[in-house]
Amino acid sequence: MADEFILETEGLTKEFAGFFAVRDVALKVRRGSIHALIGPNGAGKTTCFNLLTKFLKPSAGKILYKGQDITAMAPADVARMGLVRSFQISAVFPHLTAQENVRVALQRQHGSSFDFWRSKSVLNVFNDRARELLNDVGLSEFANTPAVEMPYGRKRALEIATTLALDPEMMLLDEPMAGMGHEDIDKIAALIKRISAKYTILMVEHNLSVVANLSDIITVLTRGQVLAQGHYSELTKDERVKEAYLGAGHA
Amino acid sequence: MTALTDDTLPVTPRAIRDEMIVFVVMALLLASVPFTGVYPFFVMQALCFALLACAFNLLIGYGGLLSFGHAMFLGTAGYCSAHALKVWALPPELGILVGIAGAFVLSLITGYISIRRQGIYFSMITLALSQLLYFIYLQAPFTHGEDGIQGIPQGHMFGVFDLSKPTVLYYVVLVGFLAGFLLIFRIINSPFGEVLKAIRENEPRAISLGYRTDQYKFLAFVLSGTLAGFAGSLKVFVAQNASLTDVHWSMSGEVVLMTLVGGLGTVFGPVVGAFVIIAMQQYLAGFGQWVTVIQGSIFVICVLTFRRGVIGEIAHYFRRSL
Repeated sequence: MADEFILETEGLTKEFAGFFAVRDVALKVRRGSIHALIGPNGAGKTTCFNLLTKFLKPSAGKILYKGQDITAMAPADVARMGLVRSFQISAVFPHLTAQENVRVALQRQHGSSFDFWRSKSVLNVFNDRARELLNDVGLSEFANTPAVEMPYGRKRALEIATTLALDPEMMLLDEPMAGMGHEDIDKIAALIKRISAKYTILMVEHNLSVVANLSDIITVLTRGQVLAQGHYSELTKDERVKEAYLGAGHA
Repeated sequence: MTALTDDTLPVTPRAIRDEMIVFVVMALLLASVPFTGVYPFFVMQALCFALLACAFNLLIGYGGLLSFGHAMFLGTAGYCSAHALKVWALPPELGILVGIAGAFVLSLITGYISIRRQGIYFSMITLALSQLLYFIYLQAPFTHGEDGIQGIPQGHMFGVFDLSKPTVLYYVVLVGFLAGFLLIFRIINSPFGEVLKAIRENEPRAISLGYRTDQYKFLAFVLSGTLAGFAGSLKVFVAQNASLTDVHWSMSGEVVLMTLVGGLGTVFGPVVGAFVIIAMQQYLAGFGQWVTVIQGSIFVICVLTFRRGVIGEIAHYFRRSL
């Protein structure tokens, strides 16, 4: 059922000169869930992620979004359908203020983005909405701060606010907690939990403990292939997962 | 190109008010030139190059695209205007329009070919295209090859302003420059300019927000090329000739130099840079070939000691954007 699953892949494969970074992955992401894609280094998480967002072209396989085949579409067009990604390295526009960052996302749907003869003051109509979004992620006091001067954790929050500005149906988060301290991890985790009420979220994560309480379902990748899938409590009992992913130290 | 622009940009939010004040001061200073005894020909020449550098800066400073063939727009517009004025005997205002149209068409074609390339490949393709054009102009009969188009009639602008009078010509060139400068200023501060800056800062992110970035870069390229053409058309009235010098790759290099010396990605930097370089060529002319060596040394010093350029350093010091 296309309604139940918002994003599906069939036999998704990416080959780099004989090396299969991703091999025959079949993924089904349930609408409204938080789905985590985890695996050790080199498991093909980020490759898989880049395939889903069209930043890489698959060697074989199909990607269906809301029942529609998006395998051959351009990344910008996929984003326009409401499937929006984040990046592993925090992706903000460094020399724009937080508010301007969010506004860039808001202005796209408005259709005036090619108007080079008009003053950018026409964009002020988005200021209220931008403030709202910044408030939502706890960044109201940073509205006029250039993104480059914000602390790392705040940049990630800004990135989420910018993504939310597009009002996407589904968000793909690439290691949203990478490189963060504990305090920030808790904040971002709470934020993700909160926004998941409205959006479907697929997140790639290296660290199993981070996604343990956050995700509804976890897919474990190793060597480009799906090893196991299930809830955290099931996976921790799975011997293959323990061996391949958690290692002896965790057992 | 982000690596190139990252450090050179002032980090403070843009303050349009500051920039407008500086603009008025600049306009007043330039308007008073005929009363000061400064050689107007020098200032007119510098104004044409300043507009060219500003147009170039629109592309690299705000779009993150380093064109190494911007002389082709300058030279093409020059040839088109010169031909229209001399052979078709059109009035000056139409001559300028013909030049701009020529640069516009050229920027559509070259932009279409080059815009999908990134970084150094983009620079190399623009260089290759401008070299291609150089050899066409060298052989084409209407450009008169090595001789160029000489003795172009200046005529009466709108049938009123006699461009053969130096003061009248000066103000016409100044108005043209200020109009072009304001247009660029508006482009930078438009909804389109915001997207362009976003693309310069982080293109993958702009794509992930649903922007088809190639289209925005293409528009920036066409605007930049067309405005560079406007500078070329104005220059025809000042120099009264159109020659191969203006399409040569060294001219493209000089524009890069002017913009870097003045300050990449600053509003006023290219103007200052153009005046510095043109003044050097003018006043160091006595040293002959050594001008190139001196220019090279200044370029090296500039890149090593004040990478943000003259205006970029000032803006950084005062934590303002200029």
